[in-house]
Amino acid sequence: MMTTDAGTRPAGRRRSPAARARSHHPVVLIATRKGAWLFHGDADRKAWRADGPHFLGHVVSHLVLDPRDGRTLLAAAKTGHLGPTVFRSTDRGRTWKEAERPPAFAKAAASEAGRAVDHTFWLTPGHADESGTWYAGTSPQGLFRSQDGGVTWAPFSSINDDPQYRKWMGTVQDGTPDGPKLHSIIVDPRDRAHLYFAMSGGGVHESVDGGQTFRPLLKGLAVVEGFDGAEPTFHDPHCIRLCPGNPDRLYQQNHCGIYRIDRPSDTWQRIGDNLPRRVGDIGFPMVVHPRDADAVWVFPMDGTSVWPRTSPEGKPAVYATRNAGKTWQRLDDGLPQRQAWWTVKRQAMTADAQDPVGLYFGTTSGELWMSGDEGRRWSCMAQHLPEIYAVEAAEL
Amino acid sequence: MKVLIPGALRSYTDCSQTDASGTTLAAALADLDRRYAGIRFRIVDEQDRIRRHIRIFINGEQVRELAQPLDVNDEIIIVQALSGG
Repeated sequence: MMTTDAGTRPAGRRRSPAARARSHHPVVLIATRKGAWLFHGDADRKAWRADGPHFLGHVVSHLVLDPRDGRTLLAAAKTGHLGPTVFRSTDRGRTWKEAERPPAFAKAAASEAGRAVDHTFWLTPGHADESGTWYAGTSPQGLFRSQDGGVTWAPFSSINDDPQYRKWMGTVQDGTPDGPKLHSIIVDPRDRAHLYFAMSGGGVHESVDGGQTFRPLLKGLAVVEGFDGAEPTFHDPHCIRLCPGNPDRLYQQNHCGIYRIDRPSDTWQRIGDNLPRRVGDIGFPMVVHPRDADAVWVFPMDGTSVWPRTSPEGKPAVYATRNAGKTWQRLDDGLPQRQAWWTVKRQAMTADAQDPVGLYFGTTSGELWMSGDEGRRWSCMAQHLPEIYAVEAAEL
Repeated sequence: MKVLIPGALRSYTDCSQTDASGTTLAAALADLDRRYAGIRFRIVDEQDRIRRHIRIFINGEQVRELAQPLDVNDEIIIVQALSGG
């Protein structure tokens, strides 16, 4: 592995050692197919130190810091041989302890087959006013909640066993190659009872009553040609993000394009049509600006023919809009210009909250890339990591 | 009874061999979980099915049901079936 110290800090911004010690520092949390890493950065995001691997050999789907206390980390993990679990650290990753009761479906009646969690895929901290509350999405698709900081988990809402939702979820055979995922669990920062989640097989759903009931939010979304768009099971959202700068606005990277919705409208608007036709608007991640609701970044991939899931033409690029999707700009300065066939998974691209915004993505070939200027210029933070599944940016 | 632990589960036991008690495999695994919290869920799913890549042998014979009766002198071997890359 390699970390970079890419550049010299401008003299006017040099900080005293004491000031540096007092200030928080950026951290990038990396979940991979073979373990997890924390990349600690200096205040200028120029030099990065790798801390890891944690859980070497475990498939880590998501590693998330609790923004409410700034020290609790949860890692969704499993190995190829053992059942899934959630690891928990309350000291910023120095020590870890396994959840006492990881997410698990309810025991089925003797006459039924019952479902078993293969892996926890997505972790979302609860509302700022609900310390200790976390949500988890699993494969097979299920929704879970912890109210004690990730120590114990229980099925959340009725959807896991609701006949209608079970029908929309389909079976393992209906989903993505390594299993259908419940993902993009979103808590409205203004209202802890207002929730969204998405299913890779089953569409986008919303609750306004704290999860007691959910309803589909699918108007305007395309489905694969020949299928009925009114049927949630045919919808394949890849990643949904709510804009911190305007919580009435959400963006979605879908199997069938890029969309925006402005609530209270219940209809998604396709905004990816203006991407170059040779690139298309298929991809997995969706990244929103921490303050500007008109600015988002995506990472298009080749979704033609047999869905190669590579960068289009082997030329990876981020695309950005600064006007809510009216126009898009290609951002590939510093990225390989040819013969680079990797791509970026749905949780593997993110933004920090600094100004200018830092962007980070991890590739299927184990490279970690960052931009300290909102995507204009990219540099490689690390290479030779395992396949990267998730990237989160935070401050410690 | 004696229980042999595979490498992937030794982070729980810190040893390759331990003891468990119980008159069924279910009871023996519950006993293991009391002493090594979390180990059972890595072996058995929430529907009480032995996980896909785990094999359990009693005195050399593979067993598939948690209701399997056990004798105090039985030997349990838990094995991880290697798979994937």
